[in-house]
Amino acid sequence: MNSSDIALLEEVIPEKFNKIDAYNIRKNGKCVDRKISQYINIETKEDGTGIDIYVKDDTLFGIINIPVIITESGLKDIVYNDFHIGKNSNITIISGCAIHNDSCNNSEHDGIHRFFLEENSKVKYVEKHYGKGIGTAKKILNPTTEIIMKKNSYMLIDSAQLKGVDNTLRKTKATLYDNATLIINEKILTNNNQYAKTDFLVDLLGENSSVHVTSRSVAEDNSYQEFISNLIGHSSCYGHVECDAIIKDNGQVKSIPEIFAKNIDANLIHEASIGKIAGDQFIKLMTLGLTAKEAEEKIINGFLR
Amino acid sequence: MIDLLELKNICFSRENKKILDDINLKLDNGKFYVITGPNGSGKSTLAKIIMGIEKPDSGKVIFNGKDITNMEIDERAKLGIGFAFQQPVHFKGITVYDLLSIASKTNLTKEDACNILSKVGLCALEYVDREINKSLSGGELKRIEIATILAKKPKFAIFDEPEAGIDLWSFKNLINIFKELHENLGTTSLVISHQERILNIADMIILIDSGKITKVTTKDDFVSGILNIKRCCLGDDFNE
Repeated sequence: MNSSDIALLEEVIPEKFNKIDAYNIRKNGKCVDRKISQYINIETKEDGTGIDIYVKDDTLFGIINIPVIITESGLKDIVYNDFHIGKNSNITIISGCAIHNDSCNNSEHDGIHRFFLEENSKVKYVEKHYGKGIGTAKKILNPTTEIIMKKNSYMLIDSAQLKGVDNTLRKTKATLYDNATLIINEKILTNNNQYAKTDFLVDLLGENSSVHVTSRSVAEDNSYQEFISNLIGHSSCYGHVECDAIIKDNGQVKSIPEIFAKNIDANLIHEASIGKIAGDQFIKLMTLGLTAKEAEEKIINGFLR
Repeated sequence: MIDLLELKNICFSRENKKILDDINLKLDNGKFYVITGPNGSGKSTLAKIIMGIEKPDSGKVIFNGKDITNMEIDERAKLGIGFAFQQPVHFKGITVYDLLSIASKTNLTKEDACNILSKVGLCALEYVDREINKSLSGGELKRIEIATILAKKPKFAIFDEPEAGIDLWSFKNLINIFKELHENLGTTSLVISHQERILNIADMIILIDSGKITKVTTKDDFVSGILNIKRCCLGDDFNE
């Protein structure tokens, strides 16, 4: 990797990757660097389509980085990464894809990540998408996340995509067993003519399983976003989806809620609000000395924090 | 000596209704003014015109000798005018510390922010990193609103009904804040209020009715005026 690769990598990985317990760096469809530990193993799939990450039972405070960088224009990269999280382990996984494309041929990365959380395991999954480039080519990212959560497991997903990506279809599918808890925080900012669609499907199978999805998004210029959420309560469970969007200029946001209670004790809530920045928020910050533009930046930065 | 604030012939109408009708007013430096009057008499509109939230149809607003009539809200804020809203605003993602930092314009430390929050009766550690969202009660929001004025340290502070919603917090603390602004920072305050305890600490009371200033008087003259009205109305039943 050269210095510009490392700079691109740092857009999606907040820490120096070589200080991490285990990592796998993929560049233009190929693994370029890998580190494993006593507790975390990473193996290339036999058919070469991706990797398997194995976290041993009882592994505590492990950190895994799985970044992808794409610098080759015209590349369509599809990868299947499976995370096998052992019982009672507590792991942070930082994933992300950064594309740099200055040419006229589209670059695309479709990451299919599957998580298998064993009983009592705990995962924090941070995912960041980043795109840059002055050419006319589109930077396309289509992440798919599939999650199976066994009894008493917990997963927190923080995902962010702030500008730079022209086209996104983000799919998340989760199945939760007894006492499993899933929390998803999603932040998206689109501008120019960008398109972003997110689609959540969560099956709450187990007793006392719960999911909380918070989506905060900003659509600027002529960009379009669509948010689809579908919670299905099969048992005594709790599900909450909160979709808040700020629209600016000609930005458009569509929110499609679906909640389906199949059990008398299922408790499912969907809240959505879409609108421009409230005038009184501008006024308050202006009375503290910010210009209208500075006030807008503060409000949006806070909203997407 | 230049007046801190002068309003000249301010008129403001909406939907063919005169809300402010030829308002003329001069406020001196360093004094504590209370503006009172019936609901709908134009008090809040007058305050908003001073801050620049509303623009008058005619007339002038002079601050520290400078015509600010056509200035934007933020320009007035930079000149030293502060405004505490009657109904504070919610934000998603902006914390109490963020708002106090914006208000102070300096590198406000967490400790500074906590000190300010303590002054408005909020347990600082519990609130400093909280989002200013709907999870806060009306009273909590009101105190955070007042805290932004303490952080801003304005030359001239406008409070629109600051006592509303502070039921869990004592009036004594609110009055201490007005005193701190006045004594330690030399702030001139204009407070919209109906509360007797706030009227009691005023240097001057401005009475407004149907969009006109009907009286600008000292507290003592105002109280004796009210007593006279009660005496007239109640006759022998009046008991001072």
